[in-house]
Amino acid sequence: MTNLTTPLTEEQVRSLKVGDPASISGVIFTGRDAVHKYLYEGGELPEGVCLEGGVIYHCGPVVVKDDKGVWRVTAAGPTTSIREEPYQADIMKKFGVRGVIGKGGMGAKTLDGCNENGNVYLHAIGGAAQVLAEHIVKVRNVYFLEEFGSPEAIWELEVDQFPAVVTMDSHGQSLHDKVAADSQAALEDNL
Amino acid sequence: MGELFESIIEIVRRTSSEIPKDVGQGIIDALEAEKKGTIAESALKIIERNIELAQEKSQPLCQDTGSVLFYVDCPIGYDQISFEETARRAVTEATNRGYLRQNSVDSLTGKNDGTNVGPGAPAIHFHQHQADHVEVRMILKGGGCENVGAQYSLPNTQLKANRDLEGCRKVILDAVVQAQGKGCGPGILGICIGGDRATGYEHSKIQFLRKLDDQNENPELAELEENILTTANKLGIGPMGFGGNTTLLGVKICAANRVPASFFVSISYMCWAFRRHGAELERGGKIKEWLY
Repeated sequence: MTNLTTPLTEEQVRSLKVGDPASISGVIFTGRDAVHKYLYEGGELPEGVCLEGGVIYHCGPVVVKDDKGVWRVTAAGPTTSIREEPYQADIMKKFGVRGVIGKGGMGAKTLDGCNENGNVYLHAIGGAAQVLAEHIVKVRNVYFLEEFGSPEAIWELEVDQFPAVVTMDSHGQSLHDKVAADSQAALEDNL
Repeated sequence: MGELFESIIEIVRRTSSEIPKDVGQGIIDALEAEKKGTIAESALKIIERNIELAQEKSQPLCQDTGSVLFYVDCPIGYDQISFEETARRAVTEATNRGYLRQNSVDSLTGKNDGTNVGPGAPAIHFHQHQADHVEVRMILKGGGCENVGAQYSLPNTQLKANRDLEGCRKVILDAVVQAQGKGCGPGILGICIGGDRATGYEHSKIQFLRKLDDQNENPELAELEENILTTANKLGIGPMGFGGNTTLLGVKICAANRVPASFFVSISYMCWAFRRHGAELERGGKIKEWLY
């Protein structure tokens, strides 16, 4: 298990290989469809958000305000990452993002970007909303809540040993490409 | 607000936070089938822990609490309009209580008003039956698995799939390979052979009301279900698409008549976080017994 603490350095990211279990501590920012489209189309990051060396989490959490008016994440698994494929590599490059956490993997453009810019794709367990919420220790802030709605907002989260697996590394390797090719070949054997 | 209102909230709560027993058993079996020390095994361990935690805390198994689908069997003369009004209010209240995410978006404006109620949401399917009681079943189906559903029109030249059961098998297995881990596998397939485009998908989802360990009454379909399940689990896609022995937990297939010109195979994919529950109601709307 590799322990990563944000902000991440290029060296740290380059040392990660496909199949490595990793745990992330520090601060991460959620961002999904609306945020990616907005940033890709030239939108500015809201004041207070710095993604340099940062990690974007593809996630639309369930967040409730408790009796004292404090935000609390009650469910927070990853959403499908491939929808951000048109935008991801450019956004990582533009804002200095080092890593993305999501599920299902991403495509060739993102993989090339990871290779070129020293980024990594970390796969969290889809649907494991409760286990993952337990690793979110605090909601630091929320941005674009009104504009994009709760699931699509940018939530700034403090995390402790958030579990994930490297499935796309900065050396051109993708577990998803390998499993897809192997399973297609296995299917042909079984038809 | 009335017994029916509270009962529907309870059905939502339970559906969102507790995996049905038959699916839970499937996950336990899957964990045993994976090699120790693999990332597939560790994924399933996290899944198992997640199932326990969600139930303990009465919180959503998955943050994508999905499309809210009601299947209501009711006696002749039952007031469907007032059920629907109550169900809509109950869904909003269940959202306020955190059992559902604010998950319903206006497709034209992109606005999410946080109520989970709007045109087509929740979806309520009524069916009259001869019995004098009401049964309410619910499925919460997340977007990740909904997005990997597929509908094929046979014949399909590329897949060499003809208008027969072998052709159906080819397109269903193609859908499994196309889905990879994106639908949060190990998954469960609901399939309808035939129908039109809309009813095909509708019947494919109704298959999710069946328990995983039931037996298809049609021997040909039972055999096809078994064949798809066994073959899919040889493909090495595995939990979350990490590679491994468990790609699917179950396959449920039905057939509907088609017109001579059309031959659709409609495939719905359900994630491992299979949220399905239901209850028989007493006359006043109180929950009499759980159905799963």
